[in-house]
Parts: sequence; C-alpha cells; structure tokens
Amino acid sequence: MAHSLDPQGAAVTASEIAPEGPLRTADGQPLARALARSQARARRQAFLLVLPLLLFVLITFVVPIGQMLQRSVKNDGFSANMPQISAWFAENPPGTEPDAAAWQALALDLQAAAEARSIGVVGTRINYDMPGTRSLFTSAGRQVRRGIEPPYREKLLEMDEDWADPQLWSVMRQASTPYTANFYLAAMDMTRDEAGNIVRVEEQQRVYLMLFMRTLWLSLLITFTTFVLGFPVAHLLATLPMRKSNLLMILVLLPFWTSLLVRTTAWMVLLQQQGVINDVFVWLGIINDSQRLQMIYNQTGTIIAMTHILLPFMILPLYSVMRTINPSYVRAARSLGATSWTAFRRIYFPQTLPGLGAGALLVFILAVGYYITPALVGGSSGQLISNLIAMHMTRTLNWSMAAALAAMLLGGVLILYWLYDRLVGIDNLKLG
Amino acid sequence: MKRFLILTSALVAVAATAQAQDRQVDLLSWGGAYGKSHVEAYAKPFEAETGIKVTVSDADNPATPVKAQVEAGNVTVDVASVEYADAVRLCDEGLLEEIDPAILLPAEDGTAATDDFIAGAVTECFVGTDVYSMVLAYDDSKFADAKPAGPADFFDTAKFPGKRTMRKGAKFNLEFALMADGVAPDQVYDMLGTPEGVDRAFAKLETIKDDVIWWEAGAQPPQLLADGEVSMAFAFNGRIFNAAQGEGKPFKIVWDGQIYEMEGWVIPKGAPHLDEAKEFVAFSTAPKQQARAAEFISYGPPRVSAAALVGNIEGTDVPMGPNLPTFAENMTQALGSNLDFWVDHDAELQERFNAWLAAN
Repeated sequence: MAHSLDPQGAAVTASEIAPEGPLRTADGQPLARALARSQARARRQAFLLVLPLLLFVLITFVVPIGQMLQRSVKNDGFSANMPQISAWFAENPPGTEPDAAAWQALALDLQAAAEARSIGVVGTRINYDMPGTRSLFTSAGRQVRRGIEPPYREKLLEMDEDWADPQLWSVMRQASTPYTANFYLAAMDMTRDEAGNIVRVEEQQRVYLMLFMRTLWLSLLITFTTFVLGFPVAHLLATLPMRKSNLLMILVLLPFWTSLLVRTTAWMVLLQQQGVINDVFVWLGIINDSQRLQMIYNQTGTIIAMTHILLPFMILPLYSVMRTINPSYVRAARSLGATSWTAFRRIYFPQTLPGLGAGALLVFILAVGYYITPALVGGSSGQLISNLIAMHMTRTLNWSMAAALAAMLLGGVLILYWLYDRLVGIDNLKLG
Repeated sequence: MKRFLILTSALVAVAATAQAQDRQVDLLSWGGAYGKSHVEAYAKPFEAETGIKVTVSDADNPATPVKAQVEAGNVTVDVASVEYADAVRLCDEGLLEEIDPAILLPAEDGTAATDDFIAGAVTECFVGTDVYSMVLAYDDSKFADAKPAGPADFFDTAKFPGKRTMRKGAKFNLEFALMADGVAPDQVYDMLGTPEGVDRAFAKLETIKDDVIWWEAGAQPPQLLADGEVSMAFAFNGRIFNAAQGEGKPFKIVWDGQIYEMEGWVIPKGAPHLDEAKEFVAFSTAPKQQARAAEFISYGPPRVSAAALVGNIEGTDVPMGPNLPTFAENMTQALGSNLDFWVDHDAELQERFNAWLAAN
C-alpha cells in the first residue's frame, strides 16, 4: 500500500479512509496533492539554495565564454562603420566591378568613419584578412576627414593606388557582413584567394595545425608520464601504514600548494645549462664543461616541468580509489595460484581504472590548456597552442582569432571527452 | 520667492568657488621605478608651482583602463602615460582629446616646442615624455679581448661564443637582423616592406636560431646574463642599466643598432579636469622637467634641449647622460621604431615568426 511507505501515512487512520475514495491526509486533503505540494516546496528550496551558484556560473562563466565564442564568427568592425559600401556589396553580386556608386559609397563612408573616429576599427578589421592595409584606411581617413569631392575614384586612387586592388575589394566584400568563417579558416592555416576560394596559406605562415598536433601529442605524453610516475606513488600511499603514508602525502601535497610560478622558476634553476643538475654532472665528471646538456627552453623542459606540476592531479584520484580496494581480493588470487604479476594485472589494476580515468582526464585537459609553463620554459620547440591564443589576446589584440583558436581547442577536448565516454564510460570516473 | 532666489544664488556661488578650489589632476602611471620618476620629476614640482593637486595611481598598462573608461563613459583619469603604439590606436578610435602643440612650452633658448621635440614625439593626441630602446648588452666578463661592437657581432657566434637572448616576437628582431646584415638604419623599414627584405631578415635570424633563448618578460634578460646562461642579450636598456648600476653586474651596453620607441602623455576623451590636464602636460614636458625625470630612470628625454640639462643619476655622482638612448653619441647608429609599419604588419610578421620559431 502506498500510504504505508509515506511517513505522512502514519497520521492517516484507517477509519478516515473511505473504501473507494482517494487517500487523504489528517486535515482531509487528497494525499497525492499534499505530497506533490510538499515535494514541490522541497524542490523550490533546493533550487533557491543552488541559485547563487547557478547565477555565479552563468554570469562569470557561461555568458563571457559565449560572448568570446561569438567573437570567433562575428566581427562587425567593418560592416557597422561602413554602412553605404556594405549596402552596395549586398546589392551587387560577387565579381561586379566597382562602379561610380561604389566609389562614392566608399569615399563617403571613409569620411564618416574618420569623423566618428572609427576608421581605426575599420582598418584593423580589413588588416586581419589582408595584412598591410590598416594604414591605407587611417591615412585616407586623415585626408578625407575635412571633406571629399567627386570624382571619388580618382581622388582615392590619387591618395593610394592600392584602393583599386581587386583583393582589397574582395576582402571588403567578405567583411561587409558581420558574420564570417575567416577566423576559423585562419586557425586551420587556410585563407581565401582573390576569387574567394579557400586555399592553404603559404608554407612559411603555417603554424596552427602543427601546434594543435603538438599540443595534443605533448598532452598525451605528459598524461602517460604522470601515470607511470604517479601510479607507484599512489599505491605506496594507499598501502603504507598511516603514519608513513601521511608523511609521504605531505611530500605530494607540498608542491601542490606551492605557487605555479615558483615551481616553474625552480625548474629553470635546476635545468638550465649553468644550473644545478648540469653543475653536478660536470663535477662528477659525467660530462665535459663544454658539453652541458640543454634540458630547458625546449620541448624537454616543457615535458619535465609540466609533468611535475600536474603529477598531484594523477596521484590524488588514484590514491583515493586505491584506498578503497580490498586487499583480500589480491590475496585470494594469490592463494588460488596466480603469480604476483597476474594478480596485479587481472585483479588489482582493473579496480584502479576509475581513479586512473579520472586522473588521466584531469591531467590531459589541464595540459591541453597550459600556458604559463610552456611560455617560460618551452623555448621555441616547447610552445603550445595556448601560447598563441594568449598572443592574440594580449599582443595583436585580434580577439576574434583568439576566440576561433580557443573554440577549436574546446571542440577538440569535447570530442575526446565524448570518445572517452564511449570507450570507458564517464560513470566509471571516480574522484574519491 | 525672493528668499528662494537668494538661496539658490548663494548655493550656486558656493558651488562655483568650490569648483575653483577643486583644482586637481588625476594621473595614471605605471608604478615601479618609472612611476617614481613621474611623481618626483613631474607631480611634486607641478603641485609646488601651481597649487593644483596631483593624484597618481598605477596600472599595468594605463592604455587598458583609458579604453575601458572612455567606452563606458565614466572617465576619472585626466592624464595617462601610454606607449606610442597604444596612443596611436586610441587616437584612431576616437578615445582621446586632441592636444594643441601650441600649449607646449618652448626651449630655454626660445626654440619652439615643435622644433625642440624629436620627430614624431608630438602627434594629434600624444606628447612624448621619454625614449626607451632595445639594445645589445653583453657580459663583460665573458669576452676578455675583443668586445662586441654592433649588431653584426651579436650574430657572430664564432668570434663571440655563448648563447644569446632575444625577445620572443618579430618586432625589434627583424630590424636588428637587417642591421646586422649590413643594412643602414634609415633603409631598414624600406627593406622590411618588401618580401625579399623579410626573407633576408629571417635568413639572418636563422643563422643563430639554435643559440637563442627567447625571453618574454623584461626581467628575464638581466637574469639570464647574470646566471651565465647567455653572453649577449637584446633587451630593454632600462633593465640592463638597473642591473649594471643598481646591482653592480658587469653588463655593458652597445648603442649601435639600438631601436628606440617613445612613451608619453595622452588625455582621455571627457577627462574631468581638462584644463588642469593640459596645464600638467605643458609643465611636465618642459625641458627642465624632462631632464629631471631622466635622472631617476635611464630613459631619455625626447626634447633636444633637455639632453644638456640631465644631471647625475639620482643618489650618486655619476652623470646619467651617457646612459640615455637619446645621448648624442648613442644615436649615431640608432633606428627609430616605425609605428605605422608595425601597425600594418605586426599580425602577419608575428605569425610568420611563430611559424619560423615552431619549425625545427
């Protein structure tokens, strides 16, 4: 009977239940309705409790990231400030030679943008797709600010012959709508030629795809190294007597609590050519003073420093899972004749997989987005894609490009996450 | 009604006097040794002379708050110290007040300000306060006999062994590489404007690619020199000077091939104390004040007549003059960074630089 499961049911006496009517509470309401109401109240309370967090996440995470991602496809620097020529592009199909109306629209837009002081924004937008054109716009802006008379075409060409460049008109046409895929093309080392076809950029300009691959490869490698180094430590932590394991735990946690920059700089002191490790090798006579090893400012430095920094993220989930593994399973396997290797391989290791999965996922995702360590110790060969995202954010101020690269990185991580879910199952993840 | 009128006029009068007394300038600077030079050489003397109070605050890069404040329509800064490139960008975007060069004070011998400032130091919205530069610096103890003397020696690892450190970026390095390859400073940007010139610069960089440690933060080059990791650096002159002068490191600067840039004042559009701000700009860019500021930090005054007025390094009896990028003898083989070139080509050359760097 349903009412016997419900604590409220205790208040319902048998005499009050009509034989075929609905169940009622002590004050005569239908039980189902009272139950629904009280559950709704509990849900409301629960929702109100998480509301601050929800708002916090929305305001500080979802909205800014959404806006940032929007920038990767939307840049209205040209279309919003050059309305007349944008309208001309909309009316005339691609391939139309610019006529008198086009030149007039361009000249008047330039003048208006110069007066409104938005010519810099316009030039910057075109410069993204066609380097070297920002000053074309700003210098024309300076000259037409106080007015421009027809014939517009001749006047503009007099200022600079580049105004007739067909590629410039092709780029302006692409920029005349606020939405564009050009930043994603650039993030894949591609561009559009004069006719608007997608082509690969010149070989000496190709960098992003290679860096995506390197980021992926180094992150996998670092995940693997943290596993190889972290697994025995986690096992030791989980099996040693409490007193010793606590001491060991502090050794794991201490670096974890130390500032990232301090740890990175410490590696510089240790690994550089005039550093501690090289000094010791030379002193021991292992290497000559002239043959000091280059262990930093290259990929090796990035791998060593990042492995060290990310190690706790592998050890801690592994440790918490290993703590819960009942040692009698392994003992049972051994008593049934398994060698210690077989017992480990078939009994112990599979039970650590949830922790390993969690640790690997944590390390990998952190590694993919790592920025400051490769910037400091990576030299030229240890740079990751995040370093170029940072460059576009802070130096070239091409936020649309940074957003496109970041979106591709995010997409890549989500695909890997999905793969992980399909292959291993996300339910198997265990952080403790 | 009459009483009401009297009351309002009285209130208006009080408000007016309050406004007259409320003469102040809010200055946004960078902090550190550079910010200190602004306080000591500009803000304090200005207060003493005019009675206008100067409030100084700091930002990592004052251009960022200026942009944010003007775009949000809530401007609290009257004068900000920004890099030349940022000044041009902000000016193009209409975020700055124009500054009439007529308000600038003439040199002591009567030369008009516009003739006294070096080329490019006064633009529509910007007045230069100091010149800093990227210079070749070396560790004197590493080279017993011959000393490096110019950009070409930086690229000569046979004659001058040891690693180098350069800023991780295309700007400055491409110019430096061309000068090392024998291009005269006044030809550098014409050359870089052509594909062959860019190829030539990258080819020159390629010759020492394996010997370069790339720095990102300005504090790294003196550290790398001090650790003995590198024997030569291409770095900001102020950092090298501080390590050599302040910490007694055996670092020497080679001024041939230096590439200089400017910093200076801008007034954000809608600054609350516009008149005082202009007064401050005029006062602080007078030769005397510029010379005083150079005694605190080794950045040179952008006014010709100020050079002779620079005294000793603050707190010592060593003359500052020869340590400044603008010192006449230091300027003979100097290159002024060409802003228009970099605004146009930064993204393109930076990408090529990244690709070049990442390829092994």
